[in-house]
Amino acid sequence: MIFSSGPPQAAVSRQTARYSGASRREWLHLLYPIVLATVISMALFVLFTDSTVRAGEKLSVLATLGKWTPLLAQGFLLNLVIVNLAMATGTLYGICLGLLASSHVVPVQRIVWILVQFFRNTPTLVLLFLAAYMLPSSMHILGVEISFPDWVKAIIGFSLKVMANVAEIVRGAIQSVPNAQWEAAESLAFRRSQIFWRIILPQCFKRMLPPWMNLYGVTFTATPLAAILGVNEVLGYTLMALGAESRFDLVVPMYLYVLCWFYLFAYPVTRLTQILERRFVLIG
Amino acid sequence: MDSLWLLFRKLYDNTGFNLPFLYDGFERSRFFAGIGTSALLIITCIAGSLLLGVIGAHLKIFWPRAGRVVVDPIVNLFRNTPPIIQLYFFYFAIGGLLPKVATAGGGEAPIIGAFGLTVISLTIYTTAFNIESLRAGVEAVPATMVEAAEALGCTSWQIYCRILLPLGFRFSLPSLTNNLVDLVKQTSLAYAIAVPEILYVSTQIMADQFNVTETMLTLLVVYTALVSIVVAVMRLIERALAMPGYER
Repeated sequence: MIFSSGPPQAAVSRQTARYSGASRREWLHLLYPIVLATVISMALFVLFTDSTVRAGEKLSVLATLGKWTPLLAQGFLLNLVIVNLAMATGTLYGICLGLLASSHVVPVQRIVWILVQFFRNTPTLVLLFLAAYMLPSSMHILGVEISFPDWVKAIIGFSLKVMANVAEIVRGAIQSVPNAQWEAAESLAFRRSQIFWRIILPQCFKRMLPPWMNLYGVTFTATPLAAILGVNEVLGYTLMALGAESRFDLVVPMYLYVLCWFYLFAYPVTRLTQILERRFVLIG
Repeated sequence: MDSLWLLFRKLYDNTGFNLPFLYDGFERSRFFAGIGTSALLIITCIAGSLLLGVIGAHLKIFWPRAGRVVVDPIVNLFRNTPPIIQLYFFYFAIGGLLPKVATAGGGEAPIIGAFGLTVISLTIYTTAFNIESLRAGVEAVPATMVEAAEALGCTSWQIYCRILLPLGFRFSLPSLTNNLVDLVKQTSLAYAIAVPEILYVSTQIMADQFNVTETMLTLLVVYTALVSIVVAVMRLIERALAMPGYER
């Protein structure tokens, strides 16, 4: 592609053609890991779940992985719950902060900017500790007792990270809309709020989607950090299983097995993000 | 200097805002040792990941088949899996397979310790992102440049080193900055395998002094400062390398 001849314009149009033409293969690319994941986990589940009963006999590595699969799957489900709830709450608050950060009231904008910078530049692990140590384990609000178990604290920690990043995405997207759009809308006698809600924000949505999905992927691969807080998600169960088996020949396969699970779920998200990014840059 | 530290002692006495790692000699030494360890981790990983990134990008560009078979799977695997599990994999699985050497205390330890394995793990993780950034930067170089170099009889390695890399590196600087900022934040993972970096040291201080709020706020400030330093250095490099007519 580098050594291709012709002016840059030609290269761009060829690229556009290639990407729109190859889109069916891109979608296959996306589906293939999911299919593979389902097949592998089904096979393991069927083959090995009832071979655990014979006591006193050392199981093969593969059979041991199969034995722990249901427990790991349970943990993995919690990872999915954590990432989805964290993204939901974080996005909600992040959009509010992002709108405030692009407000025209200078003090508000400054304060929000400082807040966002601190949370954005802090490692996820530190934010998790922040949520774990600084939240009480239960709270009385108007006579109702609300308890914060570890996994809820983990969700709060992750949503702090999501919040700051979404705020930055929203602010960046609003800024990236050309000024001419504001001026054109003003000349058509729209009110300020109308311009914002009907003209600027709809244009932002398209720009926000790829970075938001990227954030989803990053947050998903950060969820095992919750194990450090003592949440029984997939990494917590992995450590537990390795401790219970205490066999060194199991360590490498077990970690690779869990890595594969994450890969099969995170890869489609990354892939889709790349496709959307290219599409929005070249055509939109 | 001592009077400055005393100021924080007075702050504690007057307001109860406890920052023992500033006024207490022992806590201060371990706190700054922690920052030092973090800084060392960051610097080693930045150097390693940039070097490996340049090599990986070269492979991907000039040997597309090797790129597809060797580089792409590694890049995809490290980009799409949790860095903490990668680190555990390196520490427990690879670290356990390494040959052991006798230590001064009479015990045995793997030939590469927790710090070394963290460097290896985080370097590979960041390299995966750097390869993509550098490749995108190099692909942004106009094709006419390469044609001109070919017409002058340059070999492919010369074209890469003298034309593609110098230009592509400039184009990929903003995205490299993002990767390195992410790296700074990922160094906190070393906490999980007991490398005495800043987060690990802070939790020890918290456990000893019961000053959770103050230490947590300090951590926010320390990490923001570390990130700001990396960003500032990258900005300086960007400005020093800027070419007239190619500003973006």
